[in-house]
Amino acid sequence: MTTSGEKSITIALMDPPYESGTTTTALRIMDAALRKGISVNVFAYEGAVNLTMRGQAPHPNPVKGTSIEEQDHPSTAKFIAGLFTLGADSPKLEWVNCGLCVDERGAGECIDGPRRGGPGDLFKFSQESTNTLIIGTR
Amino acid sequence: MADYVLIESRDPFEYSDTGYFYEVAADLSKAGNNVTFFLVQNGVLTARKGISNSAVDKLQKAAPNVKVLADEFSLRERAIIGGKLASGVASSDVDELVDLLAVSGVKAIWH
Repeated sequence: MTTSGEKSITIALMDPPYESGTTTTALRIMDAALRKGISVNVFAYEGAVNLTMRGQAPHPNPVKGTSIEEQDHPSTAKFIAGLFTLGADSPKLEWVNCGLCVDERGAGECIDGPRRGGPGDLFKFSQESTNTLIIGTR
Repeated sequence: MADYVLIESRDPFEYSDTGYFYEVAADLSKAGNNVTFFLVQNGVLTARKGISNSAVDKLQKAAPNVKVLADEFSLRERAIIGGKLASGVASSDVDELVDLLAVSGVKAIWH
């Protein structure tokens, strides 16, 4: 959460990883905001709780014939870990995974940074943010 | 009068409900609001020059004050570069989108 006078954006996201371009766009928005010094609050629900799963494994690209190292596949968890580095203090990244959604999907083993929460966190985020963007799926 | 940022991520060739979103943008503008229509992902496919019955053309005719922006990253991914961008559409990026969003009171809607 930000202190009075600081700008922050809240984003609610429900897309699972590797499903649509929306995830990439949302992560780009978060990255741009943090680089501008704007704090970011994320409420991830439904499939989006899988974005931060710790065990996401990179893979080679058999079409291009590249190895895991050459491919350097950008997993969502790795990308978000980078966002947490950008948003370690000020600006600050806060990421809440919906607890019920996590339990449904067995997605509890996430990277360092996100915490478990619920819709009340989204309400609190939106009350305290400069603006809120709700990104639905269909 | 209010400020709106409408973000269109879908293309009308795949999703027929995009028409309603364009109409919302036009109606908000005609009602005296400031409207920015930001195209991203497959939403930028309407920004290619030469599209027949173009949704962007119709929006601009219905509501000339709507500012239409298209995400440069999405444009490049879809080979809409150089002179291929339709007139009336300005190339933009998520930096500008964040600037638009980080203003208190702006109403942001994603589709």
